Amino acid sequence: MTPPAIETHALRKRFGDKLAVADLSLVVGQGEVFGFLGPNGAGKTTSLKMLLGLIAPTAGRGSLLGSPLGDQAARARVGFLPEHFRFQDWLSGRELLRFHGRLYGMSGAALETRIDELLHRVDLTDAAHRRVATYSKGMTQRIGIAQALLNSPRLVFLDEPTSGLDPLGRRLVRGLIRDLKRDGVTVFLNSHLLGEVEQTCDRVVFVKQGRVVREMLLGASGHGVEVELRLGTVSPAVREALERMGTGLREEQGRWRLRLEAESSLPDVVRMLVEQGVDVFSMRSMTPSLEQLFLEVMGDEVRPG
Amino acid sequence: MRDILVMAHLTLFEALRRRILVAALICGLAFLVLFGIGMHFIAAQAGSQTGSEVERRLVLNLITLAGLYAVNFLTVMSAVLLPVDTLAGEIASGVTQTVASKPIRRSSIVLGKWLAYVVVVNGYLFLLAGGVVLISRLVSGFMLPRFELGLPLMMLEAVVLVSLSIAGGTRLSTVTNGVVAFGLYGLAFIGGWVEQIGALAHNDAARRVGVVASLIMPSESMWQLAASQMQPALMREMHATPFSPASVPSPMMVWWAAGYAAVLVLIALRSFGKRGL
Repeated sequence: MTPPAIETHALRKRFGDKLAVADLSLVVGQGEVFGFLGPNGAGKTTSLKMLLGLIAPTAGRGSLLGSPLGDQAARARVGFLPEHFRFQDWLSGRELLRFHGRLYGMSGAALETRIDELLHRVDLTDAAHRRVATYSKGMTQRIGIAQALLNSPRLVFLDEPTSGLDPLGRRLVRGLIRDLKRDGVTVFLNSHLLGEVEQTCDRVVFVKQGRVVREMLLGASGHGVEVELRLGTVSPAVREALERMGTGLREEQGRWRLRLEAESSLPDVVRMLVEQGVDVFSMRSMTPSLEQLFLEVMGDEVRPG
Repeated sequence: MRDILVMAHLTLFEALRRRILVAALICGLAFLVLFGIGMHFIAAQAGSQTGSEVERRLVLNLITLAGLYAVNFLTVMSAVLLPVDTLAGEIASGVTQTVASKPIRRSSIVLGKWLAYVVVVNGYLFLLAGGVVLISRLVSGFMLPRFELGLPLMMLEAVVLVSLSIAGGTRLSTVTNGVVAFGLYGLAFIGGWVEQIGALAHNDAARRVGVVASLIMPSESMWQLAASQMQPALMREMHATPFSPASVPSPMMVWWAAGYAAVLVLIALRSFGKRGL
């Protein structure tokens, strides 16, 4: 049986008095494009570093591609773009890729061919001879993505891969992620750009205070629908019935909002309201954006990071 | 081993690309030119004013040792300053994360950098010290005695300081690492002089202070041992120059310094291996 790309159980990290990751339990299947979302300070980067063996967990266990966290052989099949994408900027783009390729044990014509392919893929062939220090933020990020793909990895960690990119660069990265998915590569994406996540990920989890608080499939039916209803008098019994049928029920200026898992539940809601004798003046359904879901999941107590 | 060599190659390439080697070589060359000019005039005066060949040779020996003392100081500076930022800076900037996430042992990162800086600093020492001795030979015809014994001791001192700087960089920030390394060197330097003055004044307590300082940081004792080797017995026993130690460090200090460097490297490996990046 193929092991999951990532599996963690009760992974915890404490720095002195501060609990950075409380209890991370995750399973990411091979070939999945997985979004890891949460506000600043939610423990996302700490979690990612534990997965990569850059910091040791205080408790818990996990595996990458079937090997324990930190396993050297597993790292040969993993690529990583760090959040701040700082590299040896005194090297040229090609030299940087050559160095990182050697760390993967690559050499000779095979390495040079792979470097040429990746430079072309991230549109840096013309700048390959220039020092990385002279690159724009977007170019540095793209050379970082190239170094993460040198070893044709089975699992790629991308920490904010599009944060420094213009729309063209973002499209390029989206294309890269699509290509990786097509090739069966697992992508672990940590990004604040929820629109990007929405377009690329199969599944996301929301992380809050170092715990997964919600998991969601994206795609046609994954988000559910948000329903806005303008109703007559709503009795407590009807309110309770609405709460049972969906989530996030709230009233704003006479308009009721409710989240349903699927659009197919909509007739049931209308039927219930009519049966209970509630006047229905209007009804509107809309698909909520990932940003709306994010804000809803995180709640009001999470402050901007 | 392959990974160690990849890291060492990158570190050497960095020194070259950042023009660190070129700057060091230009400064070293300027020093050698200055030393050559000085040696020329002193050798001419020593030839005409000193009474005997023995006196002339003692003067030339003193001047050559003074040149090597300056080389020793430049080497100490290089041994501390060149590696001071190599781990500390890369950890702080996050550069290490992409390297350490590759399928290599963390020990390869430390050993590769250590190896590269040992090669660079000792190569620099060899060129400058060899230059001083060669210039002395060419200008005055004087050949420093037992240079082949003194040079390895100076090289060992450089290895101790490179190891200290690398080990500190695994946990300390760049500036703190530099302050600690130079602080320990300063302690050994002052301790060495206290020991010499104590020996001349027959003050055992002062002498013991120096010995303890040498045990805490054996760098200065390696220079004193090297200097005592590179002069004739007559000059050494007269204690006539600052480079003729009244209290010659025990040969056991060589083993102590070698062990000290080895322990520092082990500390660096353990510390870098365990820390979060």
